[in-house]
Amino acid sequence: MRPTNIEDPEYFHRVVDCQYACPAHTPVPEYIRLIAQQRYAEAYMVNWESNVFPGILGRTCDRPCEPACRRGRLGDGEEAVAICRLKRVAADLKGDVGRMLPSAPGEFNGRKIALIGAGPASLTVARDLAILGYELHLFDDQKKGGGMMRSQIPAFRLPERVLMEEVDQILNLGVVTHFNRRIDSLAEVLSQDYDAVFVGTGAPRGRDLEIPGRSEGAANIQIGIDFLASVAFGHTSRIGRRVVVLGGGNTAMDCCRTSRRLGGEDVKVVVRSPFSNMKASPWEKEDAMEEDIPILDNHVPKEFIVEDGVLKAVTFTRIEAVYAEDGRRSLVPIEGLDPVRIDCDDVLIAIGQDNSFPWIERDLGIEFDEWDMPVVDRATFGCGHERVFFGGDSAFGPENIITAVAHGHQAAISIDLLCRDRDVRARPLPTVQQGSQRMGIHQWSYDSPVSDDIRHVVPKADKDRSLEDRTVEVELGFAAEIGYAETQRCLNCDVQTVFDAPRCIECDACVDVCPTDCITFTEPAQSEEELRTRLTAPALEPTQPLYLADGLKTGRVMVKDENLCLHCGLCAERCPTYAWDMQKFLYHVTQAREEPTEPIKWVSVL
Amino acid sequence: MSFIAPNFRHPEQGANGLGLRRSDYEGALSTLCAGCGHDSVSAAIVQACFEMDVEPHRVGKFSGIGCSSKTPNYFLNHSHGFNSVHGRMPSVATGAILGNRDLLYIGISGDGDTASIGMGQFIHAARRNLDMLYLVENNGCYGLTKGQDSATADLGSVSKTGVATELYGLDLCALALQSGASLVGRSFSGDKSQLVQLLKTAIAHRGFAFLDVISPCVTFNNTPASTKSYDYAREHIDVAGALDFVPHQSAIEIDYAEGEVQKVHLHDGSELLLEKVGKDAGALDDKTAALAAMNRAQDAGRMLTGLLYLDTELPDLHTVNRTVATPLNQLGQDELFPGLDALEQINAEQS
Repeated sequence: MRPTNIEDPEYFHRVVDCQYACPAHTPVPEYIRLIAQQRYAEAYMVNWESNVFPGILGRTCDRPCEPACRRGRLGDGEEAVAICRLKRVAADLKGDVGRMLPSAPGEFNGRKIALIGAGPASLTVARDLAILGYELHLFDDQKKGGGMMRSQIPAFRLPERVLMEEVDQILNLGVVTHFNRRIDSLAEVLSQDYDAVFVGTGAPRGRDLEIPGRSEGAANIQIGIDFLASVAFGHTSRIGRRVVVLGGGNTAMDCCRTSRRLGGEDVKVVVRSPFSNMKASPWEKEDAMEEDIPILDNHVPKEFIVEDGVLKAVTFTRIEAVYAEDGRRSLVPIEGLDPVRIDCDDVLIAIGQDNSFPWIERDLGIEFDEWDMPVVDRATFGCGHERVFFGGDSAFGPENIITAVAHGHQAAISIDLLCRDRDVRARPLPTVQQGSQRMGIHQWSYDSPVSDDIRHVVPKADKDRSLEDRTVEVELGFAAEIGYAETQRCLNCDVQTVFDAPRCIECDACVDVCPTDCITFTEPAQSEEELRTRLTAPALEPTQPLYLADGLKTGRVMVKDENLCLHCGLCAERCPTYAWDMQKFLYHVTQAREEPTEPIKWVSVL
Repeated sequence: MSFIAPNFRHPEQGANGLGLRRSDYEGALSTLCAGCGHDSVSAAIVQACFEMDVEPHRVGKFSGIGCSSKTPNYFLNHSHGFNSVHGRMPSVATGAILGNRDLLYIGISGDGDTASIGMGQFIHAARRNLDMLYLVENNGCYGLTKGQDSATADLGSVSKTGVATELYGLDLCALALQSGASLVGRSFSGDKSQLVQLLKTAIAHRGFAFLDVISPCVTFNNTPASTKSYDYAREHIDVAGALDFVPHQSAIEIDYAEGEVQKVHLHDGSELLLEKVGKDAGALDDKTAALAAMNRAQDAGRMLTGLLYLDTELPDLHTVNRTVATPLNQLGQDELFPGLDALEQINAEQS
């Protein structure tokens, strides 16, 4: 196994599990430290620069960072740091950040961009490019900006004032909005004088369920996302007493909880797959069940029962999930069981969403694949037409807000490169800042001791009151004190253990003091697999890298398993020659127009 | 700011035969200088006791004064301990050992505590073959008082003072051997695999087990011309044969060619497999051969490490003194005051 190249920014980036897992690569530990220091506005801005919607995401993010969190691997029921809820702490307590937000140059740079759809992807492109002076025209058929964040996320999860604040931060940069305006032809848009067009139209079509009784019962059967939008815009304010929600994703969870607030007393979620395989986030399932909504799994809808023109019930076939040798799942009906009948007044179908591009002419040079999806480049977000870019759910199908933001940043880079006659394929490299955090023999600039606290629970609003009013936010967010306690659970994985082999005298002090047995000094190995078998403690997580350094006097190598490192700094404290140092590694994804620079290395003071 | 060790441990860190984890054998976070060899010795003791299924509450730790003598605080937090007067650890340990022979006794000393102020106590503890592990963390200097040369500093060795030592250094292994110790070994804090094997052997042994462990002082005596530095030790060590300690619980069959390996049975049923090096290597209980091997190494400017001498037949002080097997604190009224009849019987036997 060859020595690790720590000059490659991707190596230490991988060690920061949360940031690495985040599609937008938000520097999570950095803002968590700022929250601990009560520098909420700065914590908010670290988020804002990277993920654009800290207040919104602090409530609604799919949190790919949390399953990745190192804390969750420490055993004994340890759970991830409540990263998402800490983001909300920054947003809730930030105060006025107006002075910290960038502004547009004041006059346009002569380039005009059309943004179709006013959801998170388009808004991200708008923010990145407005600051550079682009003239941005934002089109949406809704009357306000926000896209699916407005139409599909219920107000009890995302209050409108939070949504408006962060949408307006972007629109106030001088974006020209064209709301209540539906685009029916991309060719027509392209025929105008736009230098580029960004398509961020999401996945707006809810999948229907064509089983017997669908058309007869149509009056009481609705598509989930259409129902949510109708509620959000005030067109729907009631639903029947007994509601069946079909589907197991987050939309189904939003539908059932919304129903509970509109008069639904007996609301059930019925899903085809086993409970554990449901697409909904675990916490959303818990929230639904806490509102007295049972989730019935392994039920496949069979028929809508309509009597005298009125929907009476839905029947289901009971199935079990059978897994083939290759892991492929099939849902097999259980023999000899009668169909299950669930009486209801209304049904909401939330079984998936599709993209829909009837408005894109097929002769513009944009290639569409067998699923009628545009063929989009995963790096540039461009397509067969030089001036058209895609992002968010419209690029590769339904994902989530944070993914749409990540797409938006990259599409903005492409549009900027295109408008400056540069090669859109020449992507800017990330920039990195790295520097020692040593302030004394046993002193670090970060909170190196590791808190033993278990994950703190977010308080919730009174259940009766929140079920009465759909605009009452359920989660209350952490108070400052609990938020602080939660920050102390963060292991500061971005404060890297950096090893300088020529200084090492191989005294074993680091090996002896490391609480989680990460460090080994051993003979060099041919392969990583072999090396993993003879470390101080078993390195059983192959997705976590080994840090290998050679150049020791004895010819041995230093191997550190990054998997369970607590970043407590004890190795560096017990090192007599400062061969170990704790260095903060700030990885920054370059955004539009930021000139890529050589990674800046701070000079260690020692 | 630390001096605070996190409470998290590697989740795959398994339990030993007693259901204890290695962390159950740890002590306080060390306050010795960063990089001190003594910390490696502490870690090796933790490792050996963990692997030997030693019950922490059945261990007595004894020490005198010095950096080395601080270290019992850094391992086996759940054991008994006595931090005694400078150089007087053997006396206190003798009392404890005579009082209760059921415990495992670990004495930690340094080259100052043993080779200078405690020399008299040390050689008599060896002579009595006290049933204990006596470990000297030998760094050739008085670290706690700013690094003056100690009695084990080799002639010509230069510490941070910059002045070469003008006197001969004492060889504690030779002294222990001459004085009657039944197990003598030498190791290096930077060679943990060997040290752990030696410690396990010493723990299984009944009698005075003496280990001289070269344990560099990073602050005062890790200089290029020091003979007790990390680099010097690594470059000048000769290993007197690889040790393989086979604990009595396990029934591992190891294939060794005839004559290459010497098997030794230890008191607790464990076995020791010792690889023979060189055709002139004598038997393990050959005192003359052991001394000669040490002298040869010294003449060649080398440091001989490993198990140098082992005599499992030599009676320990309990055997010699015919002391009672029951710990004194468990003796009751009847045993301590057997009564007039018993006295008369003894008197009759004597007359």
